[in-house]
Amino acid sequence: MIAVTPEAILRVLSAGPGVTLQDAGRHGYLRFGVTAAGPMDRLAHAAANLAVGNPAGATALEVSVGGVEVTAQSAPLHVAVAGGEFSLSLDGRPLPPAMVLNLDEGAVLRIRAGGRGSWCYLAVAGRFAVPKVLGSHATHTRTGFGGVNGRAVVAGDRLGIEPSGSSAPSPGAIIAPWLDRPIDAVRVVLGPQQDYFADDQISAFLAGPWTVSAKGDRMACFLDGPQLTHARGYNIVSDGIAMGAIQVPGDGRPIVLMADRQSTGGYPKIATVIGPDLGRLAQARPGTTFRFEAVSIEQAVAARRDEAAELARGIVVEPLLRTDFSSEFLLGLNLIDGVVSVEPSG
Amino acid sequence: MRRHADLDPAPGLSDPRFLDAGEAALVVQFGEIVDPAINDRVLALDAALRADPPAGTREFVPTYRSLMIHYDPLEIDRATLVATVRRAMEAAVEGRGQATIWTLPCCYDPALAEDLDEAAQLLKLTRDRAVALHHKATYRVYMCGFTPGQPYLGGVPEALKISRRPTPRPPHAAGAVLIGGGLCVVAPFVMPTGWYVIGRTPERLYAAERKDAFLIQAGDMLRFDPIDLTTFRDLEQRAASGEIVARKSAA
Repeated sequence: MIAVTPEAILRVLSAGPGVTLQDAGRHGYLRFGVTAAGPMDRLAHAAANLAVGNPAGATALEVSVGGVEVTAQSAPLHVAVAGGEFSLSLDGRPLPPAMVLNLDEGAVLRIRAGGRGSWCYLAVAGRFAVPKVLGSHATHTRTGFGGVNGRAVVAGDRLGIEPSGSSAPSPGAIIAPWLDRPIDAVRVVLGPQQDYFADDQISAFLAGPWTVSAKGDRMACFLDGPQLTHARGYNIVSDGIAMGAIQVPGDGRPIVLMADRQSTGGYPKIATVIGPDLGRLAQARPGTTFRFEAVSIEQAVAARRDEAAELARGIVVEPLLRTDFSSEFLLGLNLIDGVVSVEPSG
Repeated sequence: MRRHADLDPAPGLSDPRFLDAGEAALVVQFGEIVDPAINDRVLALDAALRADPPAGTREFVPTYRSLMIHYDPLEIDRATLVATVRRAMEAAVEGRGQATIWTLPCCYDPALAEDLDEAAQLLKLTRDRAVALHHKATYRVYMCGFTPGQPYLGGVPEALKISRRPTPRPPHAAGAVLIGGGLCVVAPFVMPTGWYVIGRTPERLYAAERKDAFLIQAGDMLRFDPIDLTTFRDLEQRAASGEIVARKSAA
């Protein structure tokens, strides 16, 4: 399947639906109708990459609640998992939910849905040796762009990993409390079409409460809650759609457009989720209840700046304590002493 | 497919509105309707900004009536961006210069034009009359969107303006030529649709391996050249091997 002969292979033993390769997105082609795709939780995607010494926007495996089982073939791999609170195990032995570890040849890393979260990211030190489409690995299954032949990852896939040349990351637990973002309020900037709604409808929108519907996917997050009405009808002439745009179709039930959204669309958009809160919303499981909070552009930019500063501080990886795991197991992980801070690159 | 408002005449040009689509996208809105003069202003601003992209801007997405500017607010703040856009508008040359005209082969054989008879019946036209109306018109590409390389066309003759289906139909083939919502599109990807399939082009509007992956862009003009089923099969094979089977000319 893959033309080059890389040093190591990440072999997929099993994969639930919706496990895809994602880099920072396919940018520059929205004007031709090409969806950017990219990670649902950008911050967790970046954290996993930085933890193994990759650039923040490098290609990683986005794992859905369907889970995945992988092993290293031909050579060991350095991997990191971050995002949500998934259930990890190595050869059947449980691990913390956010980890950097050495995956030996034949060792089985199993990732399953855990206590919280809808998406986690499996980053591998090095580069995925799969062809790019329009300069990106980001998978968009609706148009068959990127990833592995335009599709989600399935059992039997062998993903070649080319070495990046950066030094091997040290294994341990990823300490990133800022990744754990409860979803009580999701911040939005009103518009661009808030004038298609009367004031009482804007109030109803902000009051909520909203519940994440089971219907959602990478394209959209459907919400259950108050039924909104339009002041000026719901047929607008199509215009651009940003990630996080909350469109209100004729039935009055808001839809938040996510990573796999179309480039343009024709329903009024009452508000837009701010960048730093997109990942929090994406991680919310069906049934989660929350409210929207309107903020100014300045507040949204300040939140974005805080997020960038958090990432710039680097990812802290702490060796596991012997009291938590058997010494034999820890020796198998090749853990070293001391707290290691991995500086972001790229 | 999304709904489209009816085609109303322009109420007159005014200053654009600057709308926020979150903190990282600015919408420069020149109007709310489908109108060539409004679209001209969108494309003029798009061309001016692309010629000299302001630092911190990422992508420009022209639509019927607005330009969406994706930007990094940590690199350029909103006020600076708005001021930059205003300056670009003053410098922008109105109109599109010499537009590219594409002539796209289109087969209207009912074997490929699955909904032609249904649409003609709803429009109270004969099949032949509907086909003649469709291929004798010249269309304007207002924007591209929905799927990669898909042009949204205006200039549909009044007698061919049809509203969308009450419920979507099953997926159509790649290359389907569709009418609905008073507009026409050519759909490069297999998708379910609320519109009517009245023809199919053998041309690939998106082809990853071609030097020009995308054939058509906003501002181009488009005509349809009727072909029979045999010609369609021939051109389809040639297009599959990477040849561009549409004809390109300058206005």
